[in-house]
Amino acid sequence: MDAAESAREAVNATYLSDSRRVLATLIRLLGDFDVAEEALHDAFRAALEQWPRDGVPANPRAWLVSAGRFKAIDAARRRKRFDSLDEMDDAANLGAVNPVEWTDDESVEDDRLRLIFTCCHPALAPDAQVALTLREVCGLTTEEIARAFLTPAPTLAQRIVRAKARIRDARIPYQVPAPAELPGRLDSVLRVIYLVFNEGYAASAGAALTREDLSSEAIRLGRLLVELLPEAEAVGLLALMLLHESRRFARTSESGDIVLLEDQDRSLWNRDHIAEGSRLVERALSSGRFGAYSLQAAIAAVHADAARPSDTDWDEIVGLYDALFERESSPVIELNRAVAVAMRDGPEAGLRIIERILARGDLRDYRPAHAARAELLRRVGRIADARGSYERALSLSRLEPERRHLERRLAELNAHPHESQGNV
Amino acid sequence: MKYLCLVYLEATKLHAVHDRECMACGNDLRQRGVMVAAEALQPIETATTVRVRGGQLSVTDGPFAETKEQLAGFYLIEARDLNDAINVAAKIPPAREGSVEVRPVRELNPDA
Repeated sequence: MDAAESAREAVNATYLSDSRRVLATLIRLLGDFDVAEEALHDAFRAALEQWPRDGVPANPRAWLVSAGRFKAIDAARRRKRFDSLDEMDDAANLGAVNPVEWTDDESVEDDRLRLIFTCCHPALAPDAQVALTLREVCGLTTEEIARAFLTPAPTLAQRIVRAKARIRDARIPYQVPAPAELPGRLDSVLRVIYLVFNEGYAASAGAALTREDLSSEAIRLGRLLVELLPEAEAVGLLALMLLHESRRFARTSESGDIVLLEDQDRSLWNRDHIAEGSRLVERALSSGRFGAYSLQAAIAAVHADAARPSDTDWDEIVGLYDALFERESSPVIELNRAVAVAMRDGPEAGLRIIERILARGDLRDYRPAHAARAELLRRVGRIADARGSYERALSLSRLEPERRHLERRLAELNAHPHESQGNV
Repeated sequence: MKYLCLVYLEATKLHAVHDRECMACGNDLRQRGVMVAAEALQPIETATTVRVRGGQLSVTDGPFAETKEQLAGFYLIEARDLNDAINVAAKIPPAREGSVEVRPVRELNPDA
């Protein structure tokens, strides 16, 4: 390989490893997403011209930031004579940015956090937060995001254009929130990451490949956040995602059917993900500032710990659900706790809790509540009631693999009403 | 990815943007390595529509369809994704007077 060719390869490698960092800093320096993206493009184009000729600079990232900033000022000046007065003001501002310390490591890492917090700002709609984060922070193209979310590309492009306009018009500041604001703002970042993960994890067969990419993208984002801002809940969310991800290949059969946790072939679970996830759970819990993500991760870690379903420490799981319910008293958590109680104390105990939730009117149209009730009713021998609940669950189910699963259960119930089929 | 930006203008606005400004825009995009090709078009009165039906050539004057806005020019650009293409389109000066339609280029697939 000659020097010019290796310089070109260095440009490509730098694009992959650093383009998002450079973009994050350029947004801070230039004060606008679109101007910064254009500057990023121009900086890499300049690198392609100059690095093969002059050699790869000692600090490629600083070189790119400085080239991008220069190009943006230059472009603004060239456009100035055709543009209106207020755009001229913008051009003048670009030149006025103080160049001191724009590329030292600490402020550059801060820039990535600024970018994440801005993309996930609560003033933006949730779907706009997701689209913007995937495009600006993760570097996915509009078309890639559109494919993954089964949305037409023009719709998604519009969402991104509007989100950027909102950032401009509402003057959303490009900064890491102050400590007092941090918990609330971090929540919305974590929600975006988890949403991306679930979009890729709750996938059905068809588009399986691109959707799995979304989960890995969410995990990468989770890792980045933990690296930049090691808050307990960020650690907890990363653990939760890794522990879920560890079961990816065990949770559906070859034909795309759902395989329940207790029926999964545990040898298919990814041990590296489990080990890393469990370590992170401990780290989050020992910090004392943990919340719902860390507790859910802890529950997943208890499951991961059991070599066989019968080894599961249900007492521990019920305790974790208690702690979770204390923080977030949602009926869904109550339902999951009821299932754990049924496993620990027998089906009648769980059934009593589920009946209580349903009697309150909560979760009346929530499929998992009826599926869980059906399973427990079957186990206590109330076959006719069980059949009714399975049918109710089936009527609420919209996902094909889920429907197949429920239909199978119902058919088994009709054929062998008194045979045990295991847990919910 | 390549995108075609189709510039549409009403007949009365064909010269609303000065050619100097359009040339500056083209030069800027070419310099930045964004532009593959671009041209402005003569007004719609100069159009000829060609069809071949059953081996017979038929030629009519005027455009295929009458619309309020007419195709006034095009930019074929190279962009990372649709949003980058939209940002380029927004800088095409006639976007202020008429509209710019952004269409991704379809790669022909000889095996399909």
